[in-house]
Amino acid sequence: MTDLLLISFGAIFINNFVLARFLGICPFLGVSKKLETAVGMGLAVTFVMTMASAITYGVYKLLVLFDLEYLDTITFILVIAVLVQFVEMILRKYSPGLYQALGIYLPLITTNCAVLGVAIINIDPSEGYSFIQATVNGFSGGVGFTLAIILFAGLRERLEFAPLPKAMEGFPIALILAGLISIAFLGFSGFRLQALLGL
Amino acid sequence: MKRWQVFTNGIFRENPIFRLVLGMCPTLAISTAVANALGMGLAATFVLVCSNVIISLLRNVIPDEVRIPCYIVVVATFVTIVDKVMAASAPGLHKVLGIFIPLIVVNCIILGRAEAFASKNSVGRSFMDGLGMGLGFTLGLLLLSAIREPLGEGTFLVAKDFGFPGLGLISEGNRAKIFVMAPGAFITLGLLLAGINKLAAKLTAARAHTKKGGE
Repeated sequence: MTDLLLISFGAIFINNFVLARFLGICPFLGVSKKLETAVGMGLAVTFVMTMASAITYGVYKLLVLFDLEYLDTITFILVIAVLVQFVEMILRKYSPGLYQALGIYLPLITTNCAVLGVAIINIDPSEGYSFIQATVNGFSGGVGFTLAIILFAGLRERLEFAPLPKAMEGFPIALILAGLISIAFLGFSGFRLQALLGL
Repeated sequence: MKRWQVFTNGIFRENPIFRLVLGMCPTLAISTAVANALGMGLAATFVLVCSNVIISLLRNVIPDEVRIPCYIVVVATFVTIVDKVMAASAPGLHKVLGIFIPLIVVNCIILGRAEAFASKNSVGRSFMDGLGMGLGFTLGLLLLSAIREPLGEGTFLVAKDFGFPGLGLISEGNRAKIFVMAPGAFITLGLLLAGINKLAAKLTAARAHTKKGGE
């Protein structure tokens, strides 16, 4: 149980997918102008990352069985594309409200590096994750993404009223803002959870 | 547009990093050293040129409804080739770039060019577009890493795979480690983008001015 806690804390705070690992920067910068859409995007990504972690882990075991490991990238991206399409269909049928809220962001998730990234990290032999650990890692990565994008969107909403030089408007100031949040998250890297839990 | 213009378009007017702001994940993550930037840039250029050519060749064969999965398969094939070749020929670099090599598959620049250019243009023009965009991406990475590496590590052009120790520029006590850490990437790129925006605005104003004077 403690290993799952450590993985989850690490993926959310210490090695945050966006702010420390630089995965999923495109939606992080692109869909963070409004808090509402940022929340929707975060939830959709969390869901897809959790599902993708579980499924690609199984698929990789199959590839290993047939000595086809070198096909991992190509299979993973296809599995993710299919999964996103599938999620879209299910949501449209059973939860039209959520589908409406996420609608336009769902197809974009296929090309979110955080999803393919977590699938590749999960099969990294140096991590040696089990199925449960991989799934928890995917879920926590998604929660970390959601946390980062919500914090960022909240700040960007306020930024709209700030008097800025013309050249700094848009992406430049957004990147500097992301840098400042990233500095704040650096503080977690000195955090010793093991000592706190008495391990 | 002439072929030459298609080529220079990707380097200056539509530079993927500074003008289109695409492909941010590898840009921020691997611009910690010039050698890494060069490796990443060339790998992406290779994939971009090859996938542009293949997709342009197949543009009349691929059905419209399933075009995105088809593009992804083509791109993923070339990414796998780059991944395996780099693992065998430059293992040190492959280790540093790590996860960002397979992640070229989801780089917005490559799918973006497939969708916006290669699927509508001839093979020759798609080739030039891929080369121009790839070099524009590489130049952007080089510029960013040429600022971050000296400020953060104090060295310049370290390339362990090729036995080059690099130039020591800044002494131990005067380095600002933050530049090679995550926040440094965001802040350096933000300031660089602001500078380039300013420069572009000035150039446009100057061009408008000379045009007016000429009339």
